[in-house]
Parts: sequence; structure tokens; C-alpha cells
Amino acid sequence: MVWTPDQPLIRMRDVHKMFGALTILNGISLDVMKGEVICIIGPSGAGKSTLLRCINALVPIDRGSILVAGQEVHDTKLDKLALRRKVGMVFQQYNLFPHRTALENIMMAPIHVFKRDRAEVDARARALMRKVRLDGKEDFYPGELSGGQQQRVAIARSLAMQPDAMLFDEVTAALDPETVKEVLVTIRELAEDGMTCVIVTHEMGFAREVADQIYFTDRGVVVEHGPPAKFFTQCRDARTRQFLSQIL
Amino acid sequence: MILTSRTDLAVLKPFRLGAASNVPPALSFDARHGVILIVALILSAGIGEAQAGPGAPWIVATIVKWTPLLAQGFALNIAMSFLAMAIGTAFGVALGLGQISLLSPVRVSSWSVTQFFRNSPWLVLLFYCMLLLPFEIRIGNSIVSLPGWAKATVGLALPVMANVSELVRGAVQSIPSGQWEASEALAFTRLQSLRMVILPQCVKRMTPPWMNLYAILTVATPLTSVVGVSEAMTLTGDILSSEGRTELLVPMYLYLLLWFFIYCYPIALATVAIERRFQVR
Repeated sequence: MVWTPDQPLIRMRDVHKMFGALTILNGISLDVMKGEVICIIGPSGAGKSTLLRCINALVPIDRGSILVAGQEVHDTKLDKLALRRKVGMVFQQYNLFPHRTALENIMMAPIHVFKRDRAEVDARARALMRKVRLDGKEDFYPGELSGGQQQRVAIARSLAMQPDAMLFDEVTAALDPETVKEVLVTIRELAEDGMTCVIVTHEMGFAREVADQIYFTDRGVVVEHGPPAKFFTQCRDARTRQFLSQIL
Repeated sequence: MILTSRTDLAVLKPFRLGAASNVPPALSFDARHGVILIVALILSAGIGEAQAGPGAPWIVATIVKWTPLLAQGFALNIAMSFLAMAIGTAFGVALGLGQISLLSPVRVSSWSVTQFFRNSPWLVLLFYCMLLLPFEIRIGNSIVSLPGWAKATVGLALPVMANVSELVRGAVQSIPSGQWEASEALAFTRLQSLRMVILPQCVKRMTPPWMNLYAILTVATPLTSVVGVSEAMTLTGDILSSEGRTELLVPMYLYLLLWFFIYCYPIALATVAIERRFQVR
């Protein structure tokens, strides 16, 4: 199947996932159009992180289908590496490689996975460091950077793959309050540049501001979704209202 | 520089390693013990001197006389420790990587071999190697003889191999799973993840326990005297029987202890220094 821009870039249908006897995803369906930003919110344990990990095949699914740019993610014939080049991921704990400098962290994948020319990759990596406002920190090791700075390096590292979509897994949850903003600003700029983003977050203000669609998930299902203006003011489901009343 | 206790970056955490605790603390002696050794040596030489009959040569003079021979023997101890460590490390790394293989036959067999050799007494392994290895092997048309010390080195390399295997496995498993996830998400293959992300971080973690293991191995080399290798321990016995003077017994063995102490103590110091440096970073 050839993907065309009028189809969703990411399309999940009835996705089920169990860990042992525990049901994590219980029939998730969602669509993300190219250039769209969606935020997934919900109580902890709702399966939000697992949902993201299914999209780039870090976690296999039991049932259902996930198409990324028209390709079935959990097709055994599919080259997982090819998929991961299309979908970048940023983690809550940054997961930078501590034995490499910020710049090297960004350069590793393009050099070793894409086999690009080192000089070209170097120039692009420096440009990305400027983009996330960390120029001058190129030769710092992750341990020498603050949490917010590390997270921005992690974003730059994913961008270096030139992905079609980015997945953000509670990327500000481990940060000090004063550095949360700098990371959110970086993500918002990406969204404004037209990057397709799937963002799992607890930052309601941010979600409201940046998202085209908000999905509320609980116990492995999408309870309801809608554009932020409508979602925050006119949500219908009791669970959503209860969650929002606790968090807002 | 912000180092929070929540950090997931292993290098920022205090240096601890599960596998390392399997290795008993190599050097339970410190500088104080060195001083005690030297004092004891002087004292015992003095006492021996008092016991000695008239006309017998000085004990210190006797020790000095035999020092070149003892040094030869000690050189063999060091050579065996180097070789056994090199062989044990090479095979141990392979075995350790086998233990984390995704192929279960490889994983199970590597685990079995590791457990077998790690839980066998070193002396028993030494005897087995002495008895089971041929005294010469034929490679093509030429015959290479296997002297006793070479067989003993193989015998020592086996437990080293098993311990290094556990060090590698423990170090790889101590790397936070986020490192694997991140490199997977960056489309690295498993081999690339291991080579570029996981193992470089393991080297740092493994260095102190690996040095510990070397110190243990070195002080274990006199075991080979039991199977007849002419190393320092054997030679000390030979010297004593040729001198035939009972008052030499205590000073001579103390002198031998001092050799090992002088060699191993700096290794212990370096290990502690490296551990401390990693803790700070």
C-alpha cells in the first residue's frame, strides 16, 4: 500500500497488548495526520508509554494493526530498523549515552546507521545543537549538563535521524520545574515547524496550547478525544472530568 | 553540574557492581600489614640469629645470597599470572557475551561452563590440567612440548575465565535498560548497540573488579608449587632444604610474603583510586 499525505501518517486500529495476565492496551485506535500534534493524557498505568513504544516496535503487540506511512509496524517481514528511521523517540530519562559527548550522541546514528559522511553529519549536528539552543555545549558529556539540557540533546539526537514523526514519552516528568519550560519551548518550535508529534504528557497547559488533538486514555482504552478547546471545556465522560478536576 | 539522585545515568551513580561482590576482596592487607611484615621479618631474623649455632653465616646474608634465585622463581609467578589473565580474559569475555546471547543454546551452554569453572576449587582445576593435558602436542609436523608451568597456567586461566565471564555478564546487565531502548530507537542493530553503547560503558565498570581478580590470581600462583612448578614458593622450599637450617624457616617465608606484598599492594591502591574516580564522575 502506497501512503499518500491525505491518509494518516500513524494509524492505530484496535491495538491490544498484554504483559502476562495484565492488560495494558485494550483496543486502542487513533489517527495522526502528517504535521499534526497529538497529546495523550491520562492517569499513570493507563498504558500511555506502552502505546508510544508500540508505534516504533520497541514493544510487540498482541492484536490489532499499526500503520506508519502505510506500512504495518508489526509485520514480521518489515525491517524494524527502517521503521525506526522514520519515527524518532525521546524518553523520560533522556537515555543519552554517558560515555559520548553531546555532539557525538547526535552524530552516532547518522554515521553508523545511515553511513553518512562524517563532515556533513558534523555540520548538521552543530546546526541541531543551535536549534535546541545548546551551541557551545557540543563537547560536554551528558553528566555535565542539566536535565533540561540533556533532554534537548536527546531531542536533537532524534532529529538527526530526520524522522517523519517524533514520539515524546513524558519528557518533562524527570525535570526540575525551572528546566521544564526550555524543553517545552523546543518541542513547541518543532510542532510549529510542522513536525508530526505524538506527545505523552502531564503538562495540561502545554497540551492545550500545542495539541491539535487531545486523547484521554484510561485502562488501555481511548476514553475520548477532541481538539483542546472542546476537550477541556465540553468533555462528556465522567472519568475524563474526574481526571481533569484532579489535575487542573 | 547537576547530579541528582534520580539520575538514570549509571556513571553518575555510586560505583556498585553485583558481579564484583562474587569476587572475594582480593587484598585484605593494607600498608599497615606491610609494615608488620617487615618488622616481623627483622624480628624473626634476629631470633633466628640468636638460635643459630656459632660460626653459621648471618641470616640476612643468606637471604641476600638466595635473592637472585628467588627473583627468578618470582618472575615465573608473574609470567604465569600475566598469561593466565590474558587467556582467561580473552575466553572470559567471549563466554560472558555468550551468557547474554539471544540464542538460548549459546546462553545456556555459556552459563553452564561459567558456573562449572567458577565453582570449582582452583587447586582441583590445576591438578586436572596437569594430569589431563599432554606433555607435548603435535602441530602439523612439529612437536611442541608443554612444560609444567604452561599447563599450570592453563589451569589458572580456567577459573579466571569463569570469573571474567561473570564480570562481563554482570556489567552488561547493570547498564540501565534505557540505554538499550535508546539505541534501539536510533535504529542500531543489537551488535551495534553492544559495541558502541553498552560495552564501552562496561569497560569502565569492569576495570576495578578485573584488577581485583588479577591480584587474587597473582597471590594464587604459589598453588602451582603443589603440582611441581619451579616458582618462588617451590624454590623457597628447595633453598630451605639445601641450607638445612631450621632458624631460616620463618624469615625465608616472610621474605617470600614480602615479595608478593610489594607486587600486589600497588595494584590494590590503584584499584581503589580508580573506583573512587568513577564514583566522583
